Amino acid sequence: MSDLILNPNINGVDDFYAELVATHEGLSDEESQALNARLLLVMANHIGDRAILSQALSAAALKSKE
Amino acid sequence: MFDDRYTLAYKRYPYKKSPDQDASAPVRHPVVVMGGGPIGIATALDLGLQGIPTLVLDDHEGVGMGSRAICFAKRCLEVADRYGCGEPMLEKGVVWNVGKVFHKDDKVFEFNLLPEEGHKYPAFINLQQPYYESYQLDRFEELQAQGAPIEIRGKNRIDNVEVHDDHVVLTVMTPDGEYTIEAEWLIGCDGASSPLREMLGYDFSGKVFQDSFLIADIKMKGDVDFPTERWFWFEPSHGEGASVLLHRQPDDVWRVDFQIGWDVDRKEELKEENIRRRLDAFLGGVEYDMVWSSIYTFQCKRMESFRHGRVFFAGDAAHQVSPFGARGANSGMQDVDNLGWKLGLVMAGKAPDALLDSYNFERIHGADENILNSTRSTDFITPKSAMSTLLRDSVLALSEHYEFARPMVNSGRLSVPCTYDGSPLNSADALDGPERTRPGSPCPDVPLGDEFLLSKLGNDFILLTIDTDAPESFEEDGITVKRLALSANNDPTNLLKERYLGEAESAVYLIRPDQHVAARRPSFDETQLRAAVRRATGKEQ
Repeated sequence: MSDLILNPNINGVDDFYAELVATHEGLSDEESQALNARLLLVMANHIGDRAILSQALSAAALKSKE
Repeated sequence: MFDDRYTLAYKRYPYKKSPDQDASAPVRHPVVVMGGGPIGIATALDLGLQGIPTLVLDDHEGVGMGSRAICFAKRCLEVADRYGCGEPMLEKGVVWNVGKVFHKDDKVFEFNLLPEEGHKYPAFINLQQPYYESYQLDRFEELQAQGAPIEIRGKNRIDNVEVHDDHVVLTVMTPDGEYTIEAEWLIGCDGASSPLREMLGYDFSGKVFQDSFLIADIKMKGDVDFPTERWFWFEPSHGEGASVLLHRQPDDVWRVDFQIGWDVDRKEELKEENIRRRLDAFLGGVEYDMVWSSIYTFQCKRMESFRHGRVFFAGDAAHQVSPFGARGANSGMQDVDNLGWKLGLVMAGKAPDALLDSYNFERIHGADENILNSTRSTDFITPKSAMSTLLRDSVLALSEHYEFARPMVNSGRLSVPCTYDGSPLNSADALDGPERTRPGSPCPDVPLGDEFLLSKLGNDFILLTIDTDAPESFEEDGITVKRLALSANNDPTNLLKERYLGEAESAVYLIRPDQHVAARRPSFDETQLRAAVRRATGKEQ
């Protein structure tokens, strides 16, 4: 079973970050929140692996692995 | 003193004085069932078919009005079929496969259940509960006429229960006053508010969720061609509620369920003008007659234990779920299916009392699965926090555009039969076979020429052999096991192989009287199968 990648893994990370921020430009707080939620669901589906998703949820909650 | 709690659709068993009422000493009955609803009558059918004298006491004289439960699932119909009353249900019921999901006013997607081929019964039928109950009562009377020792007494209300180690004493109120009887076993099928549970002071707890539904059955006037589909609205702007469900029933009657929250003024909501206001906003300019309406409330709860010595609880009396997913009556029927044969064997002295504890284990497993699924549906339909609402709305928004989000939309996970994984009655899986027929599973149907496999299973222990040899029957400590020999070479649909062999060349299945798999192996091994029979009857761990 593979583990959640927590080391740098995105090529051109500055580009990605800029694109992420740009996607939210001009949106109200509410629209931005909705966009984030949709983005989360799209990415979760792409990952697919239940164990990885659980690890990602823990990682995002800043729960350290025991 | 004897007011009806509800109006009858059909008076089926009018009060008649029983000789028990004039007996000098209380008459003792082997089994008394409390409640003549779908679960109580099914219990009598199961036990009656085994020749066990069963007395049903009901405080009404027939079938209650109103469609109430409308969605009957495959497994429930298969159980009814084993009792001999599934076919009229199928004939009368409406079969549907297409569903549409709406959010606010927009359709977000539609789906087709794409029913699996090769089953006698479809995944679901829609059928008004009074019809369902009537077909069971027709069968009840038919069995009585054939000499089955079953009886139902109308307007017989159990007012007091005294539990002893080996029997219970019942005080029964009738229009002619009280009388007392005894029962060796008592089965409470007396519904969600179970007076029996109250009388005995048993808990009924769990994750409490409160909501109510305004239910309206309407008959369309004129040439309205509404399709036979399930339409589900999340937050309809025209329905003023969390959800609305539109579903077709027989007789051109449509069920509309408005989910309207917990704190509602029942009397006000049930005024015809208010129901019509909701319906008109929802249906547009359609003309219709109101057939029936009601406000239905529910909670997700179950008893800690479904067995207390000589007293059992089944159906809503033991567990209650939200209506999302059609898990009420359908799970009650699985309770009966599970309890009937076990009680029969214990009463005949062929199995130890411990077998009855497995009813508790297996059906609590079933109830928990139902409560889990129905709670999840409920949480999706009525999110409990701002973030939960945001995620739900995001799923709905994505589902309009992308297929991946559609399975996340939860408007009720439709009832599928429970597999008793981890049951003490199961033997370890010794076959490299399909997952769906592992020990604990209900046997899936398979076409056999003009017939179906399930009609050959059940009531007794069956040894299903596929392309391997075994004795025609064997007996293990009072339990007779009969062989059913089939071959995958005579399987034009290939479904026997697909559902029972998988990668295996041959298989032997030990199948319980309730059509669940107890054990399976590639070939007959007498020692192992005898042990499996003992295990499946509570004689060996």
